[in-house]
Amino acid sequence: MDISYDTIQLQRRRFSWGPMALYIILGLGGVTMVLPFLWTLLTALKTFSEIMTNPYGLPRQWVWSNFIEVFRVVPFLLYFANTLKITAVCTIGTVATSAIAAYAFARLRFPGREVIFMCYLGTLMIPRQITLVPTFLLMKWLGLLDNHLSLILPGLFSAYGTFLLRQFFLTIPYELEEAAIVDGCGYVRRFVKIILPLAKPALATLGVIALIGNWNDFLHPLIFLNSEAKRTLTLGLAIFRGDVDIQWNLLMAATLLAILPMVAAFLLAQRFFVEGIALSGIKG
Amino acid sequence: MATKVTKRLEAVAGFLFIAPNLLGFIVFIAYPLIASLLISFTDWSLLTPPVGAGLRNYADLRIDTHFWISLRNTVVFTFTSVPLRIIIALFLAVLLNQKIRAIGFFRTVYFLPVVCSMVSIAMMWQWLLEYNTGLINYMLSWAGIERIRWLSSTQWAMASVVMVAVWSSTGYNMVIFLAALQGVPRELLEAARIDGANNWKTFWHVTFPCISPATYFVTVTSIIGSFQVFDVTTVLTAGGPGLATNTLVMLIYQNAFQNFRMGYASAIAYVLFGFIFVLTVQQNILSKKWMHY
Repeated sequence: MDISYDTIQLQRRRFSWGPMALYIILGLGGVTMVLPFLWTLLTALKTFSEIMTNPYGLPRQWVWSNFIEVFRVVPFLLYFANTLKITAVCTIGTVATSAIAAYAFARLRFPGREVIFMCYLGTLMIPRQITLVPTFLLMKWLGLLDNHLSLILPGLFSAYGTFLLRQFFLTIPYELEEAAIVDGCGYVRRFVKIILPLAKPALATLGVIALIGNWNDFLHPLIFLNSEAKRTLTLGLAIFRGDVDIQWNLLMAATLLAILPMVAAFLLAQRFFVEGIALSGIKG
Repeated sequence: MATKVTKRLEAVAGFLFIAPNLLGFIVFIAYPLIASLLISFTDWSLLTPPVGAGLRNYADLRIDTHFWISLRNTVVFTFTSVPLRIIIALFLAVLLNQKIRAIGFFRTVYFLPVVCSMVSIAMMWQWLLEYNTGLINYMLSWAGIERIRWLSSTQWAMASVVMVAVWSSTGYNMVIFLAALQGVPRELLEAARIDGANNWKTFWHVTFPCISPATYFVTVTSIIGSFQVFDVTTVLTAGGPGLATNTLVMLIYQNAFQNFRMGYASAIAYVLFGFIFVLTVQQNILSKKWMHY
């Protein structure tokens, strides 16, 4: 009896469930992530009546023209262009203004530096919603409602970005700049030639966060934009749905088109995205 | 060697460098912060000039059922979705950290929902959770479970919202945890192994403390983000059925831009700020107890 018990124990140890279970769980998780996208694609390829009659099967005919139909029904390219413009300007602006301010906070001495930075820190916790009403009033007063500037101007800078970059700049050894100072480099030169190249990971982090945040913003276009010509993708998609008799196949096609740019950017520049986000968690 | 002139120059340069940023800060953070507080003490419908109202808006909040319902929803949403997000993300990160071959592939797949807008995610899930023709109910029927009214019943609407929120944001937290896990010093793990600790003990006593900064970051950002939930509840359930998934930010939006009660909306915004502030401070205090290397 003892021998058979030992044999069983031995057998159990040799066959380790480990890697197998690992892959199964990860695989299940992966399926959970991907399945909604696949399902959306399948639906987007059916005709409307087929959705009712054959909701769960593969499309009998692959109606790729649904995607074209979306472009016909709403000015999707316009929405895309609008979003691109706003996002590009805001992202570049945020990174630029945060970088130069962070450099000043990290390296240059000027009166009130610490106090001002403390103020920045203090506001990090403030939810953006507090600024909604006053910013809306400001834009109204400036006549910028329903104008892309109402989204761009506030989006040109970021207290969080300044904080993030300043923390990063502080970790760059000063000796590197000292050599440049001896050579007679001014502040701008030092910033551009030494700090910036070294700060690429942090700049990428901020860039990615700003990019995703701006591209996918819904609340602010909802509040500040009115006319169809100014709409962004998120807004356009939400309005596209309508309230009654939803054309699910077209809606799914539109949804896929809406996420396509960011997904494509992500797939092409994965390392950027993932490492950028990872860095923000470590430095944040 | 800094003479007065160079010191002056440095100060000027400093101000120039922060000028655009500071301008933005003053116009888009400092001014709104103060203005919002002042507006919350008025009744203002934009059509007529503001009328001073003292603390009446805040007093009205206390008896406004919409406010309490929205607050309750926001709190429930936060305290169900945040733990789920953290635990699932940590779990997945630990699994991925086990030196498996396809780590890049899985990381990409899990991160995919993060780059999609909440609006599009909500659209996809609205279709998935559809009562008659949705995939989820279909899969339930395989298991012999009756179809659920995910989005139109008060019991399940919040669960649906939480589900979608967790699905879309877990990848983000997972990436952060993964980076933190990869930063745990090898020597510590080996020392624990030599001391005879098994997997669970090693994790709990060595790994988990080492990643505590990341845990803190993920917790705080998740809580702050969850309290501000707007997109998913607006698009997926429109705050419904009834008010079952109406949230604080939705309430602010409704009062400001549908009911034109700017003062009232500002008061709600400040209350929201108050909650976030308290929670963040609390997290800060708690973390001081946990954080050690």
